[in-house]
Amino acid sequence: MSGAGLALVDLSKHFGGVIATDRLTWQIAAGELHALIGPNGAGKTTLLSQLSGELSPDAGRILFDGRDITALSADRRTLLGIGRSFQGTSLFAEFSVLDNVRLAVQARAGHSFRFWRAARQDAALNQAAFAQLREAGLDHRAQATAGSLSHGEQRQLDLAMALVGRPRLLLLDEPMAGLGAEESLAMVARLKALKGRHSIVLVEHDMTAVFELADRITVLVYGRAIATGTPADIRANAEVRAAYLGEAPPAGERHAGA
Amino acid sequence: MIGDRRRLDWTLLVLFAGVPGAALALDEPYLLDLFARVLIFAIAAVSLDLILGYGGLVSFGHAAFLGIGGYAVGMLYQHDLGSGFLQFPVAVLVSGVAALAIGWVSLRTGGLYFIMITLAFAQMLYYLGISLKVYGGDDGMRARRSEFFAPIDLNDQTQFYYLALAVLALSLWLGRRLVNSRFGLALQGARSNERRLRVLGVPVFRYRLTAFVIAGALCGLAGALFANLNEYASPSTMHWTRSGELIVMVILGGVGTLTGPVLGALAFVLLESYLSEALEALASGFGQHWQVVFGPLLVAVALFARGGLVGLLRPGRGE
Repeated sequence: MSGAGLALVDLSKHFGGVIATDRLTWQIAAGELHALIGPNGAGKTTLLSQLSGELSPDAGRILFDGRDITALSADRRTLLGIGRSFQGTSLFAEFSVLDNVRLAVQARAGHSFRFWRAARQDAALNQAAFAQLREAGLDHRAQATAGSLSHGEQRQLDLAMALVGRPRLLLLDEPMAGLGAEESLAMVARLKALKGRHSIVLVEHDMTAVFELADRITVLVYGRAIATGTPADIRANAEVRAAYLGEAPPAGERHAGA
Repeated sequence: MIGDRRRLDWTLLVLFAGVPGAALALDEPYLLDLFARVLIFAIAAVSLDLILGYGGLVSFGHAAFLGIGGYAVGMLYQHDLGSGFLQFPVAVLVSGVAALAIGWVSLRTGGLYFIMITLAFAQMLYYLGISLKVYGGDDGMRARRSEFFAPIDLNDQTQFYYLALAVLALSLWLGRRLVNSRFGLALQGARSNERRLRVLGVPVFRYRLTAFVIAGALCGLAGALFANLNEYASPSTMHWTRSGELIVMVILGGVGTLTGPVLGALAFVLLESYLSEALEALASGFGQHWQVVFGPLLVAVALFARGGLVGLLRPGRGE
């Protein structure tokens, strides 16, 4: 399991007069962890939503593992092997932690048109859900209400749900946001463990994490990729430094300061 | 918690089963009619709870299916087709098909728009009923009790009552299975967080539509029973106020509990009957204004019993 490649060809998305994605052509190799950085409003989350199928682009194509998925709905793309976690988490807040993962498991098992058997006594469903929770270190919280978890735990749950069914491409929207120092370290360790097992698109503002994790980095400004390269390339890129001045300090300085 | 609900279901069903005996003992045959009405509205309210409570879809046109089920019985009777073996399946089938069509359009919207569009569909059917002069126009039409085979005779009030009770018991049992199945989990997931469910790989629309059809078909069955009870089918059954009453029953009893709507229907029908009687005794002509008293009662439940009547029966465990 080493993921599948992704290619965007001339992808465009406008909201009225605002250009969110500007004729973006972009490639991610199978198994690569590709970080997407850029100032607020650069169109990072909009791009992820187009990749997951929640938004449809105005023009251009999206190829996943060589197949054109531009016209496929979000649920179809998930079944093809694209998983997404959300900025600020997106859970079934009043459900138990276990039920959250159960829903993810049954969704990946194909359809849920099963009206008779009690889902909570379904051994196959329970085992798969528990395995996922154990991997996320949340098995001791299985019966808690998802909304009652700490922010860090909610993040892990959100990620655990995206990981059900071992997606070949994982879209992560700011998994570090709002985490404490210790929780951040745990998340970085978790993402390191996932690296290589899935292709990953990582949107993140925590530059320390980005430069530590990414194979390659793309810098997005006003919907355009102004640079793509290895962390070392990006760090040395003058244009990137210019784009980031006043926004977030370039990674090198942040490292020096921290 | 689920166990508690099941126990409450059984308690209610056993109490309902005792009504014919009590009516006989008290020499109040009217009670049998009144409680048959309770049972029929309970079935309709349980069916609404499937989509409103578990699906989070506030359908303001559910009485349409009550009417369609009734019209199926009435129209077939008008054409000398009085067999219950024909009338009941047709009522369920036609209601289900109507729900498929209405749901297909309505479920593409959400929130307020869904409320308005279901209301509009029901009102369209209401006016369609009025315009059908062959079938009595706004007076509706007469329909004798459905005929089943020899020992079963719905003209026997007690037999009719137990048929309605059996249908309610079956609805509760099937409904309980449904909401706890994978399908039920997906339906509730869509209520809780539609976007996430979609991204997890669930085509939400199909699940909602299926639930809508099941609820419509079950409500159509209640409609067939209702026409039998009244020996009449009329467009007034589909009026939007009736849809509102069904919502009131669900919320009053406890939304998303299945048991609650049964309690809600019981409370509603009994209050409607006895409040108007009491007020009529108090001042002639005041009986029709029973809702003047019922309204504040409803407000009180909304304010002090957030989980509805079911919550009151198990304090601290409502919702």
